Amino acid sequence: MDFFHSLILVLDSTVRLSIPLLLAALAGLYSERSGVFDIGLEGKMLAGAFAAGAAAAVTGSAWAGLGAAMLISIFLALVHGFASITHRGNQIVSGVAINFIAAGSTIILGQAWFRQGGRTPSLPGEARFSSIDLPFAEAVRDVPILGEVYSELISGHSLLTYAAFLLVPFTWWVLFRTRFGLRLRAVGENPAAVDTAGISVSWLRYRAVICTGVLTGMAGTYLSLAQNAGFVKDMTAGRGFIALAALIFAKWRPVPVMFACLLFGFLDAFAIRIQGTPLPLIGQVPVQFMQALPYILTVVLLAGFIGKAVPPRAGGVPYVKER
Amino acid sequence: MSTPYAKLPAWADYGLIPLVNLAVAFLVAGLVVMLVGENPFRAAVILVDGALGRGQNIAYTLYYATSFIFTGLAVAVAFHCSLFNIGGEGQAYVGGLGVGLVCLAFDSILPWWLVFPLAIVGAALFGAAWAFIPAYFQAKRGSHIVITTIMFNFIAASLMVYLLVNVLKPAGAQAPQTRNFLEGGQLPKLNWVLEAMGFSIRSAPFNLSFLLALLAAFLVWVLIWRTRLGYEIRMRGFSPKAARYAGVSETKIIIVAMLVSGALAGMMALNPVMGDQNRLQIDFVTGAGFVGIAVALMGRSHPAGIVPAAILFGMLYQGGAELAFEMPNISRDMIVIIQGLVILFAGALEHMFRPSIQALFASLSPRSAGVEAQQGEGG
Amino acid sequence: MAETAIELKGISKSFGAVHANRNIDLKIEAGTIHGIIGENGAGKSTLMSILYGFYQADRGRIDVAGKTVTIDTPSDAIALGIGMVHQHFMLVQNFTVLENVILGAEGEALLKTSIAKARSELERLERDYGLEVDPDAVIEDLPVGLQQRVEILKALYRGADILILDEPTGVLTPAEADHLFRILEQLKDEGKTIILITHKLREIMAITDNVSVMRQGAMVATRETAETSVEELAELMVGRRVLLQVEKGEATPGDVLLAVEGLTVKDSRGVTMVDNMSFEVRAGEIVGIAGVAGNGQSQLLDAITGVRKAVSGTVTLDGEPVDLTGAADPADLRERGMAHVPEDRHHVGLVLPFEENENAMLGYHRQAKYLNGPFLNIEAIRADAREKIEKYDIRPPDSRLRTANFSGGNQQKIVLAREMEQDPKVLIVGQPTRGVDVGAIEFIHKRLIDMRDQGKAVLLVSVELDEIRSLSDRILVMFAGRLVGERGPDASESELGLLMAGVEEKEAAE
Repeated sequence: MDFFHSLILVLDSTVRLSIPLLLAALAGLYSERSGVFDIGLEGKMLAGAFAAGAAAAVTGSAWAGLGAAMLISIFLALVHGFASITHRGNQIVSGVAINFIAAGSTIILGQAWFRQGGRTPSLPGEARFSSIDLPFAEAVRDVPILGEVYSELISGHSLLTYAAFLLVPFTWWVLFRTRFGLRLRAVGENPAAVDTAGISVSWLRYRAVICTGVLTGMAGTYLSLAQNAGFVKDMTAGRGFIALAALIFAKWRPVPVMFACLLFGFLDAFAIRIQGTPLPLIGQVPVQFMQALPYILTVVLLAGFIGKAVPPRAGGVPYVKER
Repeated sequence: MSTPYAKLPAWADYGLIPLVNLAVAFLVAGLVVMLVGENPFRAAVILVDGALGRGQNIAYTLYYATSFIFTGLAVAVAFHCSLFNIGGEGQAYVGGLGVGLVCLAFDSILPWWLVFPLAIVGAALFGAAWAFIPAYFQAKRGSHIVITTIMFNFIAASLMVYLLVNVLKPAGAQAPQTRNFLEGGQLPKLNWVLEAMGFSIRSAPFNLSFLLALLAAFLVWVLIWRTRLGYEIRMRGFSPKAARYAGVSETKIIIVAMLVSGALAGMMALNPVMGDQNRLQIDFVTGAGFVGIAVALMGRSHPAGIVPAAILFGMLYQGGAELAFEMPNISRDMIVIIQGLVILFAGALEHMFRPSIQALFASLSPRSAGVEAQQGEGG
Repeated sequence: MAETAIELKGISKSFGAVHANRNIDLKIEAGTIHGIIGENGAGKSTLMSILYGFYQADRGRIDVAGKTVTIDTPSDAIALGIGMVHQHFMLVQNFTVLENVILGAEGEALLKTSIAKARSELERLERDYGLEVDPDAVIEDLPVGLQQRVEILKALYRGADILILDEPTGVLTPAEADHLFRILEQLKDEGKTIILITHKLREIMAITDNVSVMRQGAMVATRETAETSVEELAELMVGRRVLLQVEKGEATPGDVLLAVEGLTVKDSRGVTMVDNMSFEVRAGEIVGIAGVAGNGQSQLLDAITGVRKAVSGTVTLDGEPVDLTGAADPADLRERGMAHVPEDRHHVGLVLPFEENENAMLGYHRQAKYLNGPFLNIEAIRADAREKIEKYDIRPPDSRLRTANFSGGNQQKIVLAREMEQDPKVLIVGQPTRGVDVGAIEFIHKRLIDMRDQGKAVLLVSVELDEIRSLSDRILVMFAGRLVGERGPDASESELGLLMAGVEEKEAAE
């Protein structure tokens, strides 16, 4: 029973840790499926986290935080879109630039506005997306096995968490059952085909990029308003890149993306669980190794198991009318 | 085979457009300064004075520039092979390990001018080694080098902290750093050069590695444009298919280019570790690896552009330190924003102003706007 | 009484400093098949792209059915009943036929109902016009001829009355081309207007009612097809009398210099593209491999020259075998005397941003004459380039100029000069005159004959049957990755055409 209880706790952590990755990865999905490579997920998520923390601190409303986060992420996404789509610039360079701009701005503005060393003030419960208890969660808690699963694992997450999981089938539906999704996938494979069919390649890609902004805003909000009680500098710590790796690992499909992010979340949760506990044979694992583990795993994933992941054919290539 | 843009005279292409891009980057930075509630013009004055106002400041500016020359060259070499090496930060960090180990081993046995070449080798070797795995995976498995090098930056940070705390720290000491190097592990300063020019310097870390950086810049030029290896690197950078056709091994050229890139980034460590702090400590790189990206883009991956770009960023770093003093709201992180803006305008948006400038040229002098059409060159 | 379907008046378009279309007037009668002919670079595609809204003209007017219109985007053109079948198909490879046809014409935001309606409409169109293709087939699995049907169906699905076809027969066998022409005639009988862009004189004479000739961006002449001839059109295309056949003497073949044995190559998806091919080329002869594009020629060339690994097979150069399943190295093959003019000069044969002199040694840059130890011998490299420029009349004669600034024909000369001047034993040439103007074509053909007369073994792969027939001493026909026949240079086009279409030898004889 004790093992089962630990398992539930680890799975619960898994869910919490995977949500920012999931939201960021879904964000990247829209962009990359349309042919715009986005390495700036990290920066948008960070900026979103800061905006959410700042707005929530000032207004006392978590929803205002979410709105602010989405606005700022959409803004940065449009900058990336402007550089990549309209000016056909190098998409990786543009993404890297946005990451730096976000990193520097969040610290400078944070210090200037709140004077707490780059963080936003700690938020009270009402200004956050706190955990929600699903109906009957308390009542069934003592039911063996199922009760604990329901009350610990399934209930008790924030609204954003449930929304994130719902976004997976929603994204699938958008991509494969709507006109917008058909065109989005087409423009990532052969933009010329879309252009000659009389559809604007730019506008389609801009819409994809805006979707990316919305979702990275949500991802950032989760970090500072659900997982934490406020923004702390550099709080994304590379998650945007890990999300990108998960996206590639999942071959740009919505449901595998969810599983990839859960996998990362699980490994993270597991690492935290065994920290401080000596393992058989290996003994005490150094804390720095645990810290490096997600990054090492990302490299292993990208190098080992992918084989040939075929990205959208027009990915990363600016669309120029052939002469 | 067409480029979407017509021809400008060479000086406009290589001089004017980069300057315009830079000016716009600074303009936007100025807006951020205003957002924070400060006066951008006053900030600019403090910045320039802080960078060049006294001999002391110039020395510091050149000290920072030294690091940026190395990391800028590192990014540039990889760019020529069409590889985006964002791992300079980690490669420099691990390069420092190479420097530290050499100095700790030889600083009591050999004079500095014998330890120095050994330290250069150590820095280059360790930096290259840190670039090897991402390079290998890109070449063999197609793993995106941008993501893997970023990951290796994080891994380097953890690795170095572990080593400094658990392995390299002298027994009984508190701070996570090695012992101080003896004279054999200390590079001489170059402040006397500035003093000979009339400046007075109290103390500054401007050291011999600056000359090494200039030498490295020259050698990179020779490598890229005057050697067979450089020719093959550029070939693959422009067209991997043509390189394959010409018998250049894709795997080999990617790995070699990244090893050179990593080695240059590793050499950056000589500046702070052997030239200033005279010990190995946590995070002596302080973001130089990332500045290198901006420097390479601004300098258009050519050493003749990289050195001035590095000095400019050195000015920003040094001036920025003074600025943080006078305007507490604007910390060193302002540089990160400027760095991002330069990368944006000199990199992704580099052609944004081209049409307007071309139109300007066309209206002033129609002949300079394009080559005469050759017959039969329609669609 | 013929109405005017389309009238273009004074159309001009420049791309930067290049005048693609110069003050063009064109009248197209409704219900006719109107050909537009001109050599590569004459401006035909640009003109039709303007009509289709893909580009916008700098100056000029477009009238459709007598009314002046503005066509800013392809959707404007589509709304006016103009449809275009592009030379390079505008299809999404991993979508189905049905998805490609409805893309942009879905009708509703949700796909479910649109797809059902589209399916029945598509099936009707396929039946009516003999353009049968499985609506649920994925494009990348379809052969090129069927992919083209999808392109045509796309235009018809949108109700096109005016159909523009840009170089449609480049990817078809002669028999498939005939089938296409019959469909076009059927469309004409129903009152549709067809504009056919091509550089093939034979096609113009075969099915068009009227033909307009373009040269160097200008409209040079319009004729009724019945009242002109191949010779007159050729002269109008080029501006002078043209030799349509190259002059050459008899071949005197010597020893076997190139022998390919049991070559099998698969592409990245595991599909067999070259199937157990074996053949020989002797010194002093040109062997031409004829075939429709997409039957494995590219993979054959890639494998023989070491760029791509084969599943099995060896190539023997002057008696020395090289295993092609391992790491055959292009550099090694060059050293053994094999030179290669690749099909794609823009992305493979040349590095366009390089200076001309840097491309003049591409692939041979390890030779001692270009080097000083690890360093490049800049003086020697430039001198070598200047020699080649003179010998091959490459213009402009500037070895420091960026290669991208040379014309197509001159770029090809740079590649040829480089490969031929190495004095190879074997010369492998793919699509040597694609995108090259007629003056340079003559030059290139002459040089290939010279190579043959100097005792080299020349392997020529081309989709232009005329080129194969005029240059080759022996013709091998390739279909679906196999050698399906060998003929002499006197073989008729129809005989070769049948082989290219996969008709078995004994069937062809019946």
